Amino acid sequence: MPVFYGTEVASPLMLGTAQYPSPAILAAAFRASGAGIATVSLRREAGGGQDFLRLIEGLGVPILPNTAGCHSAREAITTAQMARELLGTDWIKLEVIGHTDLLSPDVFQLVEAARELTAQGFRVFPYCTEDLSVCDRLLAAGCEVLMPWGAPIGSGLGLANPHGLRALRAAFPDVPLVVDAGIGLPSHAAQAMEMGYDAVLLNTAVAKAGDPVAMARAMAGAIESGRAACAADPIEPRDMATPSTPVIGKAFLA
Amino acid sequence: MSGGVSADGVTILGAGVMGLATATELAARGHTVRVVDPALGPGTQGCSWWAGGMLAPWCEFENAEEPVLRHGRTAIDWWDRHAGGVTHAGTLVVTLGRDRQELDRFARRTEGFEPIGSDRLAELEPDLSGRFHRALFFPDEAHLDPRTAVAALQAGLATRGVTLAAVLPPDPGRIIDCRGLAARDILTDLRGVRGEMLVLRCPGVALSRPIRLLHPRVPIYLVPRGEGIYMLGATMIESDRRGVVTARSVLELLSAAYALHPGFGEAEIVELGADARPAFPDNLPRIGQAGWRLYANGLYRHGYLLAPAVAMQLADHIDTGAKPEFWHETDHQR
Repeated sequence: MPVFYGTEVASPLMLGTAQYPSPAILAAAFRASGAGIATVSLRREAGGGQDFLRLIEGLGVPILPNTAGCHSAREAITTAQMARELLGTDWIKLEVIGHTDLLSPDVFQLVEAARELTAQGFRVFPYCTEDLSVCDRLLAAGCEVLMPWGAPIGSGLGLANPHGLRALRAAFPDVPLVVDAGIGLPSHAAQAMEMGYDAVLLNTAVAKAGDPVAMARAMAGAIESGRAACAADPIEPRDMATPSTPVIGKAFLA
Repeated sequence: MSGGVSADGVTILGAGVMGLATATELAARGHTVRVVDPALGPGTQGCSWWAGGMLAPWCEFENAEEPVLRHGRTAIDWWDRHAGGVTHAGTLVVTLGRDRQELDRFARRTEGFEPIGSDRLAELEPDLSGRFHRALFFPDEAHLDPRTAVAALQAGLATRGVTLAAVLPPDPGRIIDCRGLAARDILTDLRGVRGEMLVLRCPGVALSRPIRLLHPRVPIYLVPRGEGIYMLGATMIESDRRGVVTARSVLELLSAAYALHPGFGEAEIVELGADARPAFPDNLPRIGQAGWRLYANGLYRHGYLLAPAVAMQLADHIDTGAKPEFWHETDHQR
């Protein structure tokens, strides 16, 4: 199971808590998924009351607060500090949004915020792109986990750049890597796990499905399959057929 | 004066939509009823004041559980009978060009609509003509002005001799707690879900029925209240914070309204409002017993849609002892 900052979590599925039809369905989806971590947005949800945070705490899963909706390093740092105070955790999923339409990370502000938060004792989970040099900078800033996007948040497009994600895995074999955002289907999640990613973080694909609980279960199954497949050392794809029965004695060279 | 069935009658706590609907249903069945509310009536202190007033069970089914659809259908007739002022014009659901999938998803998850094209849309809402090429029309839905509606209930109750007091009388009889979010002192898993709304005056845009604009991030609805007045709502934020509206919510709501029709750029902002809706974890209403009182609560964003059904279940329970469908077993008294 994935280990983040020395803590092993119970499942490679990290599940968001926004946009469910009701808290009861949210809780049922968590039970069905066996998710190892619950992410929660501080900016929108906790605008005064703490009822929702209490509900999330009631899920009995470690909480990873995020800085969703922050557009600058300064905002993200303030939100992280508020999260630490409210939830008593130094874990923070660092999200600094660069472009409103794509909700893509502002990688410059991201690195700046990661450096500052690490200095303040936070354990930073940066929502980033799959760009190698950005990831290098994040590690240099003190991050011990990377969370590249699969595709824009909520788009359900899956892994838009599988080659880049594979290259990132190869470049940082020892860093815990999480595909965060863009997952729409269980096959997308399985693909990330098959590539050797340590975990998958998703929200909309489950919360906005017609039956969130059934989709949560489907995601959990796919993630387990992908993880098992990766551990089983899958074969390499190749262009030529390799027959599974011997061909000696047959005139295949004729 | 109506003849009381029980000696002491029934005292209802709370003069929001739930309390007044319950009082109305009980009074209509011949019970002696009192309503107790420190504000002596509906007003800005309660979330009923800030509601949209859409009687839209088919649309709400997109994101709500089945009882909302089944019981919501009875609401339109109930409001017609007890308050009047219901406009039977249906609901239109539209999306902007690049969110077309949202309309398909909405259609897959709802029923009771006609998919319509430009021509029919132009007939129904000429001001939206040419702006949208596809829409869903829910012909059986209706809407009302919530403030007029609760005022009508209050007036109806007064003619039946129902008294409204600020404090609990010494001999209250049977008590039904309909205090909404204020009942968190006895209902521990009640939470607030914040909603923000605007009232606009925009005589330049003529719309005759509620319009829902689907959007992955900022879905809005506009409910016409006549004479160029529109209610624009509403955010859904997991927070019990009340009072002021945030700049972000105003920006989002107004941007969406402007995208629906640029004429809203000329609107006057008449009101900004925010409150918190009472909700239980499944976002469905509950009727139950908390210590010595009955309660009805947790109508969430379906106050006007579900209050009639909850009131009827409460009245049946009082008349016959029947267990309400929304009955909740746990005793919430601390």
